[in-house]
Amino acid sequence: MLEYKPNIVLSEKEYNIVGKRPIRPDGAEKVTGYATYGADIRLPGMLYGKILRSPYAHARIKSIDTRHAMELPGVHAVMTSEDLAQPSGRIVDLAEGVMHNMRFLSNNIMAADKVLYKGHAIAAVAATSPHIAEEALALIQVEYEELPPVLSAEEAMKPGAPLLHERLASLSNVNMRPGGTLSDDDPTPGSNLANRFEFRLGDLDKGFQEADIIVEHETFTSPIHQGYIEPHTATAMWHNDGTLTIWSSSQGHFNVRDQTARLINMPVSKVRAIPMEIGGGFGGKTLVYVEPIAATLARKAGHPVKVTMTRTEVFEASGPTSGTHVRVKLGATKDGRLVAGEAHLIYEAGAFPGSPVAPACHGIMGPYEVPNAWIEGFDVVVNKPKSAAYRAPGVPAGAFAMETAIDILCEKLGMDPLEFRLRNSAKEGTRGPTGPVWPRIGFVEVLQAAKDHPHYATPLTGPYRGRGVASGLWRNNTGPSSAVAVVHNDGTVHLTEGSPDIGGTRASISQQFAETLGIPFEDVHPEVGHTDAVGFTSVTGGSGVTFKTGWAAYHAAQDIKRQMCERAAKTWDVPVEKVTYEDGVLLDGTNPERRLTFKQIAARQVATGGPIVGRSGVNPSGAGASMGTHIVDVEVDPETGKVTILRYTAVQDAGKAIHPSYVEGQIQGGAAQGIGWALNEEYFFNEKGHMVNSSFLDYRMPTCLDLPMIDTVIVEVANPNHPFGVRGVGETSVIPPLAAVTNAVSRAIGVRMNRLPLSPGRILEALWQKNGTNGTNGR
Amino acid sequence: MPEVWIPPLMQRLTGGQKQVHVAGQTIRQVIDNLDQVFPGLKLELYDEEEDLVMPGIAVVVDGETSQLGLLEHVREDSEIHFLPALGGGAF
Repeated sequence: MLEYKPNIVLSEKEYNIVGKRPIRPDGAEKVTGYATYGADIRLPGMLYGKILRSPYAHARIKSIDTRHAMELPGVHAVMTSEDLAQPSGRIVDLAEGVMHNMRFLSNNIMAADKVLYKGHAIAAVAATSPHIAEEALALIQVEYEELPPVLSAEEAMKPGAPLLHERLASLSNVNMRPGGTLSDDDPTPGSNLANRFEFRLGDLDKGFQEADIIVEHETFTSPIHQGYIEPHTATAMWHNDGTLTIWSSSQGHFNVRDQTARLINMPVSKVRAIPMEIGGGFGGKTLVYVEPIAATLARKAGHPVKVTMTRTEVFEASGPTSGTHVRVKLGATKDGRLVAGEAHLIYEAGAFPGSPVAPACHGIMGPYEVPNAWIEGFDVVVNKPKSAAYRAPGVPAGAFAMETAIDILCEKLGMDPLEFRLRNSAKEGTRGPTGPVWPRIGFVEVLQAAKDHPHYATPLTGPYRGRGVASGLWRNNTGPSSAVAVVHNDGTVHLTEGSPDIGGTRASISQQFAETLGIPFEDVHPEVGHTDAVGFTSVTGGSGVTFKTGWAAYHAAQDIKRQMCERAAKTWDVPVEKVTYEDGVLLDGTNPERRLTFKQIAARQVATGGPIVGRSGVNPSGAGASMGTHIVDVEVDPETGKVTILRYTAVQDAGKAIHPSYVEGQIQGGAAQGIGWALNEEYFFNEKGHMVNSSFLDYRMPTCLDLPMIDTVIVEVANPNHPFGVRGVGETSVIPPLAAVTNAVSRAIGVRMNRLPLSPGRILEALWQKNGTNGTNGR
Repeated sequence: MPEVWIPPLMQRLTGGQKQVHVAGQTIRQVIDNLDQVFPGLKLELYDEEEDLVMPGIAVVVDGETSQLGLLEHVREDSEIHFLPALGGGAF
């Protein structure tokens, strides 16, 4: 059994700087309030933009009259969708591997002929104050033809259901296409079913025939929001040379540049996006919403314009994750071997195609060896805000179904749920249910660490108490990344990287850079560079930054090492092959007495050939998957239905925890969000499709008062495709809590729950049904 | 020759074959040769206008997602999959 400590790191390899816990370079500015966020931008002559939004969930726009708004004193510009580009519905690659259907993106930012959800933007105004802008919005006259809304995927797929997009093609192919449109001469009717995906492995019928026990289970989740504290905000300013600067809060300023440039018909070279500090994103800030609006208003007004969403706008008009309905069927032998698995995942995309159902298909059975499998995913448009990425997009809801079904299976088998998972866990060489064979992964090690943890061995007694476990897998992503490192003559280095820092990556990238060069962490000064200062870097998403930008920093450091060796060789007048670099010291192979330190070369860089600048641009493959297993103890109050989390332990493979504190923070943060998903959070829509809880008062996210300390165990199974063994860590931890908490609650109340959130009302209803009461009898 | 796992939704083009062997040292060559044997596959896998693997498709070679797409080298005994790219909530 593990020696119990609140947070444990099971390290396999030690380094000088990697794996330590230095103070983050941006910490002091953030805790003292000096850090500058998107909404902090104030420019001379700046105007304030406000957006008119649809009062209907589904309506045709018959006319928009903006004349009276434009006449209001203080108003400088008004815009509608006519001021944005209306590109074709063809999927485009924005030159660096980022795919978008730009027509849909444009029409989500500002509705063209139809509004497709309550809160859909229709027009925008720039004025000298936010209040005048709001007054002007009230003067815009819009004539609508109200249409019946479609509010669930099942309803949307029924024959005769109202269509959101009359010409939406129903695609069924391997692409994770964000949807397409039918050509005008194509007689195929439009559909609300945008995409269907399918994966098959082995012989499903044969697999179920071999099964001794078969479990069928279905689950339901509602759309929920990422809940980032900072709303979307953008400020745009045009310059006399026709170029544009945008300051915004995003997970990828290159995305901001590229998407905005397309939507305002500008070449990317004339748009500069400046990354501000970001108050949370969790996937929701990978798309533009207000940036093209600010840019368009600024161009029309001839002044800088800032647009900042309110909290209600964030809820109603940014991108929550999908509502889902998942059906799972599992077959196992008496000795606890999975022999067949079937899953059908229906995901609401929101108003435009592109739900995260494809990654959910990848992830739902991913942690296990399921020799015979059929996984089917449906991407369906409904009259709700367009879904966006949310931490491990799609996978938590899929794993919710799978991991609760496994719990039922284990009950029927009378088998310990961690032992069952150990028997069926994927490992290096296992063929996953979607086809490829796994490289080195650490699921077995994670499960073993969970099983060995004192939490799991501690008895949980008392009425209405239950323990649950669940696992999850996120494959992790990578992408292009860049870094530029300038050596100062005092021996410090300014490191400009392309990844916005959301989870402490200035520190984790600097640690890898410093470790590679053998210089102190404190001598590296990191900065997130704007789009003209550093090469293209893909979004901070997919848990990819510490991997891909770590690689970029590693190569930039190697570039500096190479130049340092050349300078030393020149100084000593020896061939460069005779110079070696070890831990920040250069050694002369021809004379053991001669050595120069990094700082000494840095001080003489001009005299030895000029400034030393390291650079790199990479697009590394091999982002290793990360597995996690969570253990949770709950207590349910049978009088109120309230669930209290008594104890929570999260175990996860980090490959190598570059900065263990931030890995722990990521694990704890993901677990907290997952607990909120399990217990409290959901979009409430009325019958008209209006969200009725669009404030943080009514949309209940967990606070520190709701949760105990979340204990973590970091398992380190090094990723062989990274110089320090990194696996992304940011997303895995949001996957297990939905099922872990549900399994615990189900055990506590003796009723199998399958619909989230497990709100007090839903739990009381389950208890009343179980006890044959209506809530008043016998009380 | 490398083994290509045909996605279920493309098996209509291979007469139901789930795995096929085709020659090729790069993904580009593999796709070209696939299309010779099973006409129509290239149309699904290759974006002619951009000269790229079709947007939205991830190429997985020997268990690792390729970042090079058409330019990725494959071995004689490589196993190749074409899968929906990871991503969520995209447009």
